Amino acid sequence: MDLDGEEELMLGGGEGTAVRKAMELLVAIGEVMGAERMVKISSAQVSGVSYGNIGEAGLEFLEDWAENGARVRVQTTLNPCGMDLERWQEMGVDEHYREKQLRIIEAFRDMGVITTCTCTPYLVGNLPREGDHVAWSESSAVCYANSVIGARTNREGGPSALAAAIVGRTPMYGLHLEENRAPTVVIEVEAELRTRHDFSLLGYAVGRRIGTGVPLFKGIRRADRDCLKMMCAALAASGGIALFHIPGLTPEGGRWRCEGLERVTIGDREIEDCRNALTSGGEPDLCCIGCPHCSLEELGEVARLVKGRKVAQGKGLWVWTSKRVRDEGERAGHVRTIEEAGGKVFADTCMVVCPLERAGFGHMVTDSCKAAHYVPSTAGMKVRVAGLSEAVEGVLEHE
Amino acid sequence: MNDEVVLRGRGIAKFMDQGEALVTRHGISFFGGVDPSTGVVRERGHELFGTDLTRRVLVFPKGKGSTVGSYVLYQLRKNGHAPAAIINVETEAIIAAGCILAEIPLVDRLEVDPVAAIRTGDWVEVDGRSGLVRVMRRGPDQ
Repeated sequence: MDLDGEEELMLGGGEGTAVRKAMELLVAIGEVMGAERMVKISSAQVSGVSYGNIGEAGLEFLEDWAENGARVRVQTTLNPCGMDLERWQEMGVDEHYREKQLRIIEAFRDMGVITTCTCTPYLVGNLPREGDHVAWSESSAVCYANSVIGARTNREGGPSALAAAIVGRTPMYGLHLEENRAPTVVIEVEAELRTRHDFSLLGYAVGRRIGTGVPLFKGIRRADRDCLKMMCAALAASGGIALFHIPGLTPEGGRWRCEGLERVTIGDREIEDCRNALTSGGEPDLCCIGCPHCSLEELGEVARLVKGRKVAQGKGLWVWTSKRVRDEGERAGHVRTIEEAGGKVFADTCMVVCPLERAGFGHMVTDSCKAAHYVPSTAGMKVRVAGLSEAVEGVLEHE
Repeated sequence: MNDEVVLRGRGIAKFMDQGEALVTRHGISFFGGVDPSTGVVRERGHELFGTDLTRRVLVFPKGKGSTVGSYVLYQLRKNGHAPAAIINVETEAIIAAGCILAEIPLVDRLEVDPVAAIRTGDWVEVDGRSGLVRVMRRGPDQ
């Protein structure tokens, strides 16, 4: 790789062992991926934060790096960790797990990372500008950054995103390069899209159908930020999609010619297939909303649905968001409304990365296809997908 | 008779080491697939299930699974159970990052398919700086 003077200095150990190691790691990845040089980044988002995920291996590594003087040099936030950092006891997390999780957060804090733990960094102030190069690792946020914000990032791994934060650069390959951002397939959307959940199903259907590539959507006339957020998460869960375009809606959507590209139609039948694939029989006892983490608007919607109602005996309503949005939701009264109804609003973690199986529920209903995709294997629970209001209604008391 | 061959590849993690080859045609996920405290493969159905990777020159097509696998390689090193070196057909970011962190020599893109050319039990020297791999058909003491 062609390195500039400053990068050579880092690689040579001129800025300490942690910086040298981070640069070695990025150069190795750059060589493997065929990058010709590094590119400066304006922000990083690091995955591999939950103790249940990275375990002792990750904990030891992070503490060693922090101790060796590793410090991030761009704005860096974290993916969800394994528990609500304040309300871990209510989630069934034990003291041992808590101690390990806090050590992980502490190591990141020592490295200068902003220890807000969320898959929606763009809702809490880690918001790149169009055209910025960044190093993000949460797959749904990567897809959102590329597609909706128009920033440029590959799907970094946890270690490479952290290394990129430490040197302020990442190898320039893949989606950092204009030529790799062109659409590879046109998706003709014939299914009707009314709710966020419909967008989640659409994303899931497309990921399942095409696997990887850069889809360009036709037939989507309107979509708000939360709809696109849900679609990003699903595209990256059932497939490995990190960028899509919608002419008229996304920043790079109007740039491309589509002649000669393969065309795939997604209609109501494909959507129904996904709904069936993510639904098993029986009655759900836990409703989870917030994958990706809820926006204030979604929190408000849940609050309106449960106002003056009660969560049924033996059932649960758990809502997942970032600390910042929960704080905003507290000021707006949404959190109180949800909790008076018997629901819970957890921050810093989510149904996919926390030890959900310890909570004593067996069947989750959610509006997120991503969550329904992972929870059967991460928590061993049965799942079902439904629109937000139907999902919430199913765990409330009925006269 | 000592049958010796030198293979040329691409050096990714620029360290040097040697050991007895352990060859598999299966991909390896270090996260979940290898016990970080013992170095034993624990992925069910894997060709190497139950095999100890400690100090072996591990030859496999490429890495797979979660990027947390990089941290597992680091932990294997700290626990004294890291492979001596890794040779991939075509490596990827998880193994590359892990080998850098754990200081394990890593070479890929050999001029011949290493999974076929190297046999379990061969003695192998790996130079991650030059990308050269020296394969000896018998152990060094024979």
